[in-house]
Amino acid sequence: MDPSTDRFWFWLAGACYFAGLALGTSAVLRRRAHSRGIMNAIVVVGYVLHTYALYLRGLEVRGCPLGNQFEIFQFTAWSATSLYLVVGTTFRISLLGYFTSMLSAALTLLSLSMPAWDAEHRINVFGGNAWIEFHAALALFSYGVFGLLSLTSILFLLRHFSLKNKQLDGTFAFLPSIVDLDQIGHRLLITGVVLLATSLLVGASWWTRNPGAVNPVKIAVTASIWIAYAVALALRLRGRLQGKRLAKVCIALFAVALLSLSLITPRRPVSGPASVSSHQP
Amino acid sequence: MSSPDVSPALFVVGASHQTTPIDLRERLALTPEKLAQLHDAASRLAGLRELAVVNTCNRVEFYGVATDATAVAALEQEFCRLSGLDPATFATIRRLADGSDAIRHLVAVASGLESQMLGENEIFGQVKSAYEGAQQRRSVGPVLNRVFQKAFQSAKHVRTQTAITVGQVSVANVAVELAGTIFGDLSATRVLLLGAGDIGEKTARAFQSRGAGSLTVASRTLARALELATEFGAVALPFEQVGQRLHEFDILVCSTAAPHAVVTHAAVAAALRRRPAHPLFFIDLALPRDVEPDVATLENAFVYNLDDLARIAERNRAAREAEVARALALVGERADSIWRQVAPQASGRIEPR
Repeated sequence: MDPSTDRFWFWLAGACYFAGLALGTSAVLRRRAHSRGIMNAIVVVGYVLHTYALYLRGLEVRGCPLGNQFEIFQFTAWSATSLYLVVGTTFRISLLGYFTSMLSAALTLLSLSMPAWDAEHRINVFGGNAWIEFHAALALFSYGVFGLLSLTSILFLLRHFSLKNKQLDGTFAFLPSIVDLDQIGHRLLITGVVLLATSLLVGASWWTRNPGAVNPVKIAVTASIWIAYAVALALRLRGRLQGKRLAKVCIALFAVALLSLSLITPRRPVSGPASVSSHQP
Repeated sequence: MSSPDVSPALFVVGASHQTTPIDLRERLALTPEKLAQLHDAASRLAGLRELAVVNTCNRVEFYGVATDATAVAALEQEFCRLSGLDPATFATIRRLADGSDAIRHLVAVASGLESQMLGENEIFGQVKSAYEGAQQRRSVGPVLNRVFQKAFQSAKHVRTQTAITVGQVSVANVAVELAGTIFGDLSATRVLLLGAGDIGEKTARAFQSRGAGSLTVASRTLARALELATEFGAVALPFEQVGQRLHEFDILVCSTAAPHAVVTHAAVAAALRRRPAHPLFFIDLALPRDVEPDVATLENAFVYNLDDLARIAERNRAAREAEVARALALVGERADSIWRQVAPQASGRIEPR
C-alpha cells in the first residue's frame, strides 16, 4: 500500500481499532479487566491516524469528506471515537473503550473492504458552500453521538441483566453502575437530538431557498430519524420511556440510522460543476 | 543500639492469628505506651541495630537487624514482660525467620496474603504506619528502610497484578459494593434501615463509612428506632410511614424480626411510579424475608437476600483463594530481589532456638 494515499492511513486507523477490539475481547474471554491505559492509547493512536486520513481525503475532495458511503462510514466512526475520548475519559467508563473500538473497527474496516462504496470521489461535493458542509458534518457527527449512545445502551442492558441475575463477577465486574449509564445515555440523547436539530435547521435554511437541489428522500429519512430520537427523548423526560425499553429503542434507532446512510449519501454536487473522479482502491 | 563487628542479620519474630488462639491474641497487641516502652528498652539492647514493630489486633511482629541471637531473645523477653505473657507460652506461638524468608514474610503480610480475611486492604496501611512510627523513633536504618520501602512497592505490585483483593468477602461489604454497581457514587444515596437486626446494623454502618448521603432508621418500636438513630447520627421514621415514604429512599436494608414480609409488591410498584428513573435497591437480611419475592420482578427494583449476598461473598473468597499461588510466586520473586539488594549489609543468620 502506498503511504501517500489516504486509504493507507484509513487501514492503519482500522488496524488500531481492531487491536483495541482484540485486547478487549481477550480480556473478556479471560474474565479480567483490560488495561485502560493501553486501551486508551490504542484508541488515541487510531484516532490520530483516522484524523490524518480524513484530512488527506478532505484535501483531495476539497471539503469535508462526506461524498460517498465510504466517507460517511469513516466520518461516523471518527465522530464516535471523538465522543468517546471526551465521555470515556470524563466518566471513566470501563468497557466503553472496548465497545468504541468494536464500533469503529466495524465501520472502518467494513467500508474499507467495500471498494464499490469508494468508487467515486466527488470533488467539492458541497460546491464550496460552507453552511451545507457544516450541516452535513454536524448531521454525521450526531450519528456518531447516537452510535455511542447505542453502545452505552448495550452496556446498560448488560448491567441490568447482571444485577437481575446476580451475575456480578467476571466481565460484569467491569461494567459501570446502572445509574451512571442511564445518566450518560440521557446526556448523549440530548446532545444527539440537539446536534441533529441544528444540522437540520442549517440545511433547511438553504433548502427552502433551493427546493429542487435536495433529494426529498434524504430530507424525509433524516427528519424521520430526528423525530424518532426527539420522541424518545420527550418520553424519557416525561418518565414514559425508561431503562431497558429506552436502551432497546436507542439501539434499534441507531441500526435504522446506519441502514439509512446509503439513502442520504449525496448524489450530486449541490452547486458548481460536478467533478467526479474514479478511484482505484 | 550498638554496632558490633559481627555480620548483622535481618529477622522477624512475632505471633499472629495463624498460630495464636483468640484468648492469647487479646493479650498480644501493645498499647501505644507499652510500644514506646518496648522501643526504649530495645534501644538499650546490645546487638540490636534496627527495629520496626507491626502491631495490630491480629499480629505483633518485630522486624529487626541484629548481630546476635541473644538480642532477639532479649527483645522477646522484654515483649513478654510488657504484655504479661509467659515466655514459654510465647515460644509455642511465635514464628522466627531471617534473611530472605523475613522479607518474603513482610511482603506477604503487606499484600494481605497473611491476613485473616485474605486480601484485605487495611493491613497495608497498618504496616505503613508501623514503618512511619519506627522512622519517627529513628529505630530503622539502611537495611529496614530499604526492606520496607521495597516491600511496599512489591505489595502494591502483588495486589494489582493478582485478584487477591478483588470483590468483598463480608455480607455487609458485599451489600455496599452492590449498591455501588447500581448507584455509582453513594454520596447522594438515601439509606433506610428497616428493623434492628445485628447484621442490618453492621450493613448500615458499612454504608455510613462508605459515605452514603443519609441514613434513616425505622423499627417496629419507635423507641428502638430513636435509640438506633441516635447511635448512628441518623433520623428515625415511624414504622407505619415506611410504605408511603418508600419513594424517598434509594437503598433499603431490611432486617426486621417480622414473621411475614413487610415490604409488598404493591408498595414498591407505587414507589417506583413516583421515581421512574431511579432504581430501588433492597438488601433483605431478614429471615423470614422482609421483602415479597415478586418485588424482584419489577424492572427498576433490585432485591438481594441474605443467601444472595453470602453466595457472592463466598464466590469472591474462592476467587481470592484461587489467586494465592500466583500471588505467593510474585512475593517470592520480589523478596528475592530485595534480598539481593540488602544481603551485603545483613547476611548473618539468627539461629533458631
